[in-house]
Amino acid sequence: MPDLLIRAEGVSKKFCRRLRLSLWYGVLDMGHEIFARSAGPARLRKEEFWAVSDISFALRRGETIGLIGPNGAGKTTLLRMLNGLIKPDAGRIEISGRMQALIALGAGFNPILTGRENVYVNASVLGIPQAEVRRRFDDIVDFAEVDEFIDSPVQSYSSGMAVRLGFAVSAFMKPDILLVDEILAVGDEGFQMKCLNKIGELKRNGTGIILVSHNMHTISTYANSVLLLRKGRHDEYRNVSEGVREYRKMFLRKDDLETQKICSGNERIRFHRVDTNAESFLPGDTFVAKLHYESDEEIPDVEVDVAIYSSREPFLHFQATNKAYRRRMDLKKGRHSLEISVEQIRIHDAQARIAIAIWTNQRTELLFWWRIPALFHGMEHSTGNSYLNVTFREFPEDTSAVLHATDSFLS
Amino acid sequence: MKVVYTPDSQMRRPGLLLRSMWRDLLDSRELAWRLFLRDFYARYRSSVLGIVWAFLPPVATGLVFIFLQARGVVRFGETGIPYPVYVLVGTVLWQLFTESINAPLTTVRASVSMISKVNFPREALIVSSLYQILLSLLIKVVILAGTFIYFKIPPIWGLAASGFAIFVLILLGLSIGLLLTPLGLLYSDVASSLVIVTQAWFFLTPVVYPAPKSFPFNLIANLNPVTPVLSTARDLMTIGTIAEPGAFAVVCVLAVVGLFAGWIFYRLAIPILLERMGA
Repeated sequence: MPDLLIRAEGVSKKFCRRLRLSLWYGVLDMGHEIFARSAGPARLRKEEFWAVSDISFALRRGETIGLIGPNGAGKTTLLRMLNGLIKPDAGRIEISGRMQALIALGAGFNPILTGRENVYVNASVLGIPQAEVRRRFDDIVDFAEVDEFIDSPVQSYSSGMAVRLGFAVSAFMKPDILLVDEILAVGDEGFQMKCLNKIGELKRNGTGIILVSHNMHTISTYANSVLLLRKGRHDEYRNVSEGVREYRKMFLRKDDLETQKICSGNERIRFHRVDTNAESFLPGDTFVAKLHYESDEEIPDVEVDVAIYSSREPFLHFQATNKAYRRRMDLKKGRHSLEISVEQIRIHDAQARIAIAIWTNQRTELLFWWRIPALFHGMEHSTGNSYLNVTFREFPEDTSAVLHATDSFLS
Repeated sequence: MKVVYTPDSQMRRPGLLLRSMWRDLLDSRELAWRLFLRDFYARYRSSVLGIVWAFLPPVATGLVFIFLQARGVVRFGETGIPYPVYVLVGTVLWQLFTESINAPLTTVRASVSMISKVNFPREALIVSSLYQILLSLLIKVVILAGTFIYFKIPPIWGLAASGFAIFVLILLGLSIGLLLTPLGLLYSDVASSLVIVTQAWFFLTPVVYPAPKSFPFNLIANLNPVTPVLSTARDLMTIGTIAEPGAFAVVCVLAVVGLFAGWIFYRLAIPILLERMGA
């Protein structure tokens, strides 16, 4: 078995923006193919653009390359070229070994037929001999966890069940090269773990894997290197966490880096300055903001809302008001300042914004609302959005005490 | 085994192309059978009349012309055998031919989502559609047998030989269908115009009337490639002779060459079509 499984050199693919024109180019391309015209230097025709351009990489035995990039960067197009579904417009791809593509699960499934019948169809499409399927049929059904439904039509399956059955059929192949295109997005957690374990097992047996995922945790766990695709160019990172970080940087919005002053007071009160202690933070650091204000009257029992979020992730990292800490706040008459500190930060690897808002009691009136940018550093060998204080210790055998008995959940 | 993908045309390495065509054809046998079974079960499980659909259309067409002839609405020349037999054999063979034309495009269109995601031997789709045609032939043979018994047409040795002519008829249809498939996948116009063209073609072929002998109507027989094959198959079944062996031989060669050309065209076109059709 050769060591080098895939060699791609200068691989490019162009697409056309307009459907009518694209169909016509298809006719022309078919003509060129039939009459054996040399492809010549690849040039863009009218309304065409490079969907994948000049990608070179090598995949060796037992290696996993994480293919990451934003939507439309050409990840799936690249996989389809590697799989031989479409031809490159420039460059050269050399494949040595048996390839399996987990691009679509359950290919060839007919919803009217039973799960049992579809297993045989799907296996045939994937090139698995029928005798082999017959021998492993029970294992497939077990793995998919669909025993009681195996003789029901697939149209009565939930989408997760159909995908599980499709994966169970694929899982019995032992390819030299595996292409995985974001299949783990479907299915429940138990199923996802099965998939990942399967990938890990293949990896140990020397299968070279190209893994497309938007889940950076999956990428960090399995990939040995990262190929980051962007529109028009690509970079290879031998260091996975560096690649993941570069990928995340792409989603930075410009206004994430600027302080947004949405409200700085009203006719009763004016906030003229906010001082912060730092702009970037390591886990464990403290964020301090000092709000300087001048008020014409006392405003009792205000609500101070602190939130930390980033535009790149759909979720909030944190939000709480002073009420959560049972702390009453009053804004006094005259020139004063108010200090807010977030202690022992546990946010990991995020370009975020800290939003501070002050409301009058019952939220009838907004007095202040600023969004202040803050960079939370990512640590080496760690992924995820929080960084907890984990300690590691060793004990000699005789002093070992059972702290807490936990069942192994990864058995 | 090393596979190389480049932008160059596969026609530039004909040896490699022919070898991989042969290998893929062999590799596709099991899959073709599976796909055939899948489509067979799926079709008949969701249908009440089931296999009746395989012979209802030609029998209906045949009955219309039998009725018209019996009432004297249309008057065709002498057919040599009872007219109902002539018409039913003709319409059944004609339907077999149009099924063969339509089979590749229909099958491939129905499998687009599968082809665009899995790299399996593309030949399997064509072979499975050939199986479907053969099944439909089997059902039609039963209908024809019933007709022959009813009209007391004696069984002759030509019946066995007509099998070959029927096979050529299927190959001719498949080769036309294969040549149309790549364009038909890109443009829906192809499938739409195919309906009209086959309908017109039906009347330009001596299916329900005997082949005219006088100019200019004899062109129907002389220029239409279906005429010699269909007439030969029908003549062999009913009277046991071949009227125009020369023309039949020419069309045989045409069918084989066309099928091979269609196969290459189909095979080369699929990767190009896939990028135009999306997933």
